Amino acid sequence: MTSTLTRWRAPAGYALGALLLFAVAPALLSDFRLGQLARYLCFAIVAVGIALAWGRGGMLTLGQGLFFGLGGYAMAMHLKLTDAGAGQLPDFMLLYGDTSELPWWWEPFRSPAVALAAVLVLPMGLAALIGYAVFRRRVRGAYFAILSQALAAAFAILLVGQQATTGGTNGLTNFQGFFGFSLLDPVNRRTVYFLIAAVLLLLMIGVRQLFLSRYGELLVAVRDSEERVRFLGYDPALVKLVAYVLSAGTAGIAGALFVPAVGIISPALIGIVPSIQFVIGAAIGGRASVAGAVIGAVAVAWAQTTLSEEFPAAWTYFQAGLFIAVVAFLPGGLVSLRRLLARRGPRVAEVPA
Amino acid sequence: MPRIRGQRHRLFAAAVTALTVMSLAACGARTGEEPASGSQAAEVDTSGDTIKVGLLNSLSGTMAISEVTVRDALLLAIEEINADGGVLGRQIEPISEDGASDWPTFAEKSEKLIQQDGVAAVFGCWTSASRKAVLPVFEQNGSLLFYPVQYEGLEQSPNIFYTGATTNQQIIPALDYLREEEDVESLYLVGSDYVFPRTANRIITAYAEEHGIEIVGEDYAPLGSTEFATIATKVEDSGADAVFNTLNGDSNVSFFREYAATGLTAETMPVLSVSIAEEEVAGIGAEYLAGQLTAWNYYQTTEGAANESFVQAFQDRYGEDRPTSDPMEAAYTSVYLWAAMVEEAGSFEVEDVRAAADGITFDAPEGTVTVDGDTQHLFKTSRIGRIGADGAITEVWSSGEPIRPDPYLETYPWAEGLS
Repeated sequence: MTSTLTRWRAPAGYALGALLLFAVAPALLSDFRLGQLARYLCFAIVAVGIALAWGRGGMLTLGQGLFFGLGGYAMAMHLKLTDAGAGQLPDFMLLYGDTSELPWWWEPFRSPAVALAAVLVLPMGLAALIGYAVFRRRVRGAYFAILSQALAAAFAILLVGQQATTGGTNGLTNFQGFFGFSLLDPVNRRTVYFLIAAVLLLLMIGVRQLFLSRYGELLVAVRDSEERVRFLGYDPALVKLVAYVLSAGTAGIAGALFVPAVGIISPALIGIVPSIQFVIGAAIGGRASVAGAVIGAVAVAWAQTTLSEEFPAAWTYFQAGLFIAVVAFLPGGLVSLRRLLARRGPRVAEVPA
Repeated sequence: MPRIRGQRHRLFAAAVTALTVMSLAACGARTGEEPASGSQAAEVDTSGDTIKVGLLNSLSGTMAISEVTVRDALLLAIEEINADGGVLGRQIEPISEDGASDWPTFAEKSEKLIQQDGVAAVFGCWTSASRKAVLPVFEQNGSLLFYPVQYEGLEQSPNIFYTGATTNQQIIPALDYLREEEDVESLYLVGSDYVFPRTANRIITAYAEEHGIEIVGEDYAPLGSTEFATIATKVEDSGADAVFNTLNGDSNVSFFREYAATGLTAETMPVLSVSIAEEEVAGIGAEYLAGQLTAWNYYQTTEGAANESFVQAFQDRYGEDRPTSDPMEAAYTSVYLWAAMVEEAGSFEVEDVRAAADGITFDAPEGTVTVDGDTQHLFKTSRIGRIGADGAITEVWSSGEPIRPDPYLETYPWAEGLS
């Protein structure tokens, strides 16, 4: 009886999620609100990766903005070049640039295939490099978190400094088309929403499968006791590297989808503050489960919008109060609320901070 | 067991993929085509007794300290117009949104104001980055933004009215002043690392080349940076005749303290700042700024009856100790200009308002301003001021008459190739 219930709970949850995202939300929400939901779902995609790397892998990824930004800029550069047309420069380069030639590293992004590949290859490749160097040397805990954050900050500063080729603080904005489809048409913007929702669901299912696999067990083992796993003959660095690289990939995908959904990518979206916000969403929802992280990310973003619309002058206090309440009373995140209310069955092992 | 679960998931994944493909099949217009669903222009909501306008300013985050003062000035203008009978017989209903010093939030909130609230116009934005972020939203929805802050020029959107100065009404007169009145032959450029200082410094460099001024150094500090020991030392060693300062916000505090610590003074090496107004002087401390120069179009001390009544009304409303500054004045003016355009057009529709804009004048606190219909900028008088030990800024030079706005610097031959 109980086992049937548990077995069906996850698929039923995903079916419900799909129903909500594909049928209920588009039917009930105006184009504007649906666009906002698309943005929240992009944050949720980042949270899926955080659930994997932090929730299961114990790596506090405080610098996901770096990978979000790489994916976002790769996509934005392609859209900018397509808008400009063959042989033309993007509009901001005409204003702020010093040369009349396209920088060599922009050229490959003309091709949609290269841009799409770059969305995955750039963040994952960089994560593999960083991860290899860091995990080999057994850097972990706060040092890893600080390092991640420093890299995100450095990337943001680099982009700001290179105004002529990256748009500086303004970032890249004002996209007309998305692979041939006009972003001015509400129908296409709706399609972008469906694309994001589908990607989110697929990634959730994929990462959940990973949790259930042998690798998922190993990852939790590394999180809980790296030394023991090493003595058992596994290489913990490799185990962590895989989770870190995958979480970078999801952040890259999120960044790439964020660009057509919101219409901007800028250093303000990839520095320290947004990187922390990604993590806060996952922490509020419950970082050890995919659904928890996703619900948390959407809830935090939604609360931010709603509170700031209702109380433009005082919303930051409400938001802070919400965070404090969750951290103080629900250390396992919003998903632990259910267990707290039900008070039945075995308690799931606590996640170390 | 796990295998069964896996199969079920694969089935499910296939269903999701199918759904996606189906939704993708219902595709809209290609790029360059008109959307099938008709015009994108958002409707101005004229159903109620009032007419709604949006106020979009950062009420939280790093920019809040500056942008809240702009919001206050906007509200004052709206209250005054309402007390005077409103616009086309309707009271103005302000809807305030927090841009939170975050550019995508600005874009989101502007979309909300236009689409959900049906506002007739939006007033606000401060940084260029926030303006660039909302620009596509206003253009796609065919709505109107009134932008009240001096900026780096090189922009002219049909959906934005720029009521602050463009470069030829602030930076170029400031350079003329330094060259002609202060006999400056070499300049050191210090700025925050973002679009306005970088673009301003490109213009300054082109000007300097033309007029034989030597640029002896150019340094940028990250926004919010408070480390200026190195830059101050470099400035001192350079022996420049003057410093052109485009630093923003808190950085000025650290910069001016380090500058004073090296023994430099306004007499030995004056600093001309373009982002320090009355509000910021109070924050930095007048003792560090006494004798330094600023370039704006308006000071609290600007003479004229219009300014006396503006300062009086503002301090009656918000407190005796509140200073008024250039962006506040430009914001206050922008509401009156919009109201005058609407009255002239006899309509709240954006196209009618734009068509009526050319030649609209207003006796603003800074003096008479006139809308230039071609560029949607204002004719504005340029003023150089000196900061006093009491924190007040007094005018030492003015252009005498309003300068025609030239956002792309087309009338300056040396500026060719800048845009």
